[in-house]
Amino acid sequence: MYVYDAFDRTLVAERVAEFRDQVARRLSGELTEEEFKPLRLMNGVYLQLHAYMLRIAIPYGTLSSAQLRMLAHVARRYDRGYGHFTTRQNIQFHWIKLDELPDAMADLASVGMHGMQTSGNCVRNITTDQWAGVAPDEIEDLRVLAEVIRQHVTLHPEFTFMPRKFKIAVGASAHDRAALRVHDLALRLHRNGAGETGFEVMIGGGLGRTPFLAKTIKPFLHKRDVLSYVEAILRTYNQFGRRDNIYKARIKILVHELGVEAFAKEVEAEWQSIKDGALALDPAVVAEIASRFRYPAYERLNDSPPELAAARRADRRFDAWIGNAVANHKVPGYAIVTLSLKPEGGTPGDATAEQMDAIAALADRYSFGEIRVGHEQNLVLPHVAQGDLPALWCELDAIGVATANVGLISDIISCPGLDYCSLANARSIPIAQEITRRFRNADLAHDLGRLHVNISGCINACGHHHVGHIGILGVEKNGEEFYQITLGGKADEDAKLGTLIGPAVPYAQVADVVEDIAAAYLELRQRPDELFIETVKRTGVEPFRERVYAAR
Amino acid sequence: MPLVENGRIVEDRYVRVLDDAPVPDRAPVIVPAKRFLADAHELIRRDGSLGVLWPNDRRVAELEPWLGHLALIALVFPKFRDGRAYSQARLLRETYGFRGTLRATGDVLRDQFHFLVRAGFDSFEVKKPADAHVFAEVLARYSVFYQPSADGRAPVLRRRLQSAAAVPKTCETV
Repeated sequence: MYVYDAFDRTLVAERVAEFRDQVARRLSGELTEEEFKPLRLMNGVYLQLHAYMLRIAIPYGTLSSAQLRMLAHVARRYDRGYGHFTTRQNIQFHWIKLDELPDAMADLASVGMHGMQTSGNCVRNITTDQWAGVAPDEIEDLRVLAEVIRQHVTLHPEFTFMPRKFKIAVGASAHDRAALRVHDLALRLHRNGAGETGFEVMIGGGLGRTPFLAKTIKPFLHKRDVLSYVEAILRTYNQFGRRDNIYKARIKILVHELGVEAFAKEVEAEWQSIKDGALALDPAVVAEIASRFRYPAYERLNDSPPELAAARRADRRFDAWIGNAVANHKVPGYAIVTLSLKPEGGTPGDATAEQMDAIAALADRYSFGEIRVGHEQNLVLPHVAQGDLPALWCELDAIGVATANVGLISDIISCPGLDYCSLANARSIPIAQEITRRFRNADLAHDLGRLHVNISGCINACGHHHVGHIGILGVEKNGEEFYQITLGGKADEDAKLGTLIGPAVPYAQVADVVEDIAAAYLELRQRPDELFIETVKRTGVEPFRERVYAAR
Repeated sequence: MPLVENGRIVEDRYVRVLDDAPVPDRAPVIVPAKRFLADAHELIRRDGSLGVLWPNDRRVAELEPWLGHLALIALVFPKFRDGRAYSQARLLRETYGFRGTLRATGDVLRDQFHFLVRAGFDSFEVKKPADAHVFAEVLARYSVFYQPSADGRAPVLRRRLQSAAAVPKTCETV
């Protein structure tokens, strides 16, 4: 994990001081709400239905235990005792008071956290695989380069007032756990024929009302050129992206309207003029940043210690959890543990201050003080000795984060929806809660296997419904909440947008429809190990449509 | 609308000339882009400093042949949120090497000052008098910059490689 130095701390402290002044000017009436809006947005402060909301960045999803304890403190001291982890490796607090915001930010700054650029038309938090640095299938830990890019775009003088927000994700594994192709810009590390590593650059992905998957504009970009190439992309977008219509302002529309070849040509011309200048990455600069990343001092351990096997035989629930929530680590004897923030009847992605404190303590004891946040809105303890798993499980179970539903139908990705958000047309959270109740039976959920349900309360698609195996989109019809259902979306290396199965259904029927879809899958699948998404791919949505609408 | 240069409020020496108005002799003038492009050969022969008001939806590359004759380029921020002129400014300074005055006009508010300076602007038509008065104070808000830009300041990525003495003292207590 990256440790701030004096420069980083100074910048965040200066930012807090500036924001304190802006809040004071707002409170005194010197600034109107309209003038204050872009300033607060640049610090992650939204005005929602009931209160101000503060969004804090968790760059590339890595948290120290001290940082998680501070998030617990903010939840307790300034909010209502909980926080909400989002699909972009951020955390949100939904009940913050304006006059207390500068203090909350100063507290966060004391552990190197901030809300800078978690909103506004700038480069947002840079996200990656929550298993970065520990996944066996990873080429290289990209968090160092993600940090280089993060620093470069922080308070960037040219790219703070772009046409619209700009989201960057990076990934370095064969299996894409960062939803790369739904980002404005995605950098995928791979090896070329000569064995060198470099980036495939993909541009113009995004969901919202006009969903697109990102397209490749450069198959292989050398790492030394990453900042100059990103700069050329942002400069092209900043100048030519549409500003006449907020719904057409994302880079995906520019790429679509210009055509990907013309866009790539524009970027290439700009890049050629700057690539050998100050932005060419000096290995010494990268090495300096890498030197401030702290890595665990792993012990020499063997895989599959006998006490783990014995514990699995002794307890069926523990065994099921190991099979579901624990993944292979690149270092022998260690494991990656996912903590489900999707308990039955819970709000997806929510954690209480007590849970955060407890998880921080467990991270100190079992995971070298490190926690990760994934876009699926779960937490991860990335470096757990396999022999510690039985003891860890007992503790996780006691605080309600050991539900063995990771990747299953009740591991729902959801936006806050109409319960909080002023943009929403419909509620998301109660839909998610009801689905978790319908599929509370662990054997049924397990039988259904890997199945991603994504819920968005409006067309802005914060719940990524387009790329859910089952996507649920809230819409408003004559003042009532209705939901469109899509099937077959995927956010992985084989990303795909889902297909609408038919007319929207009313709020009260959504969970029934999901049950119908699940039942149809169990009948349609050719083998028990044919995944839901494979069945949908093979059969198309028609048999599901028939099943769902036959009785409606 | 106060004009700020070198951190102080100053008188504007330049006269704005409209599209069809006659251009006064000798006086420093700012002419609109279309007029400039139509009459460039004549305009550059007259005495007196020449400036052009360049819209944010036209490529600054069009100005390249004339940069040696221009004393000032005024770029436009129609709205606070419309940041196209930041890119134009950096291109003029860093790619085309423009050394004259770069003026920010339009919706220029205090919270943009340090972005503007870093992008290469050195003349500011500030919308609110109260903002113009605190120009220097606002610029002092930040001492740390991560990225290289048109102001030539050493970015943090570089400063880290220099001696430990470069580390700002103020933050040892933070």
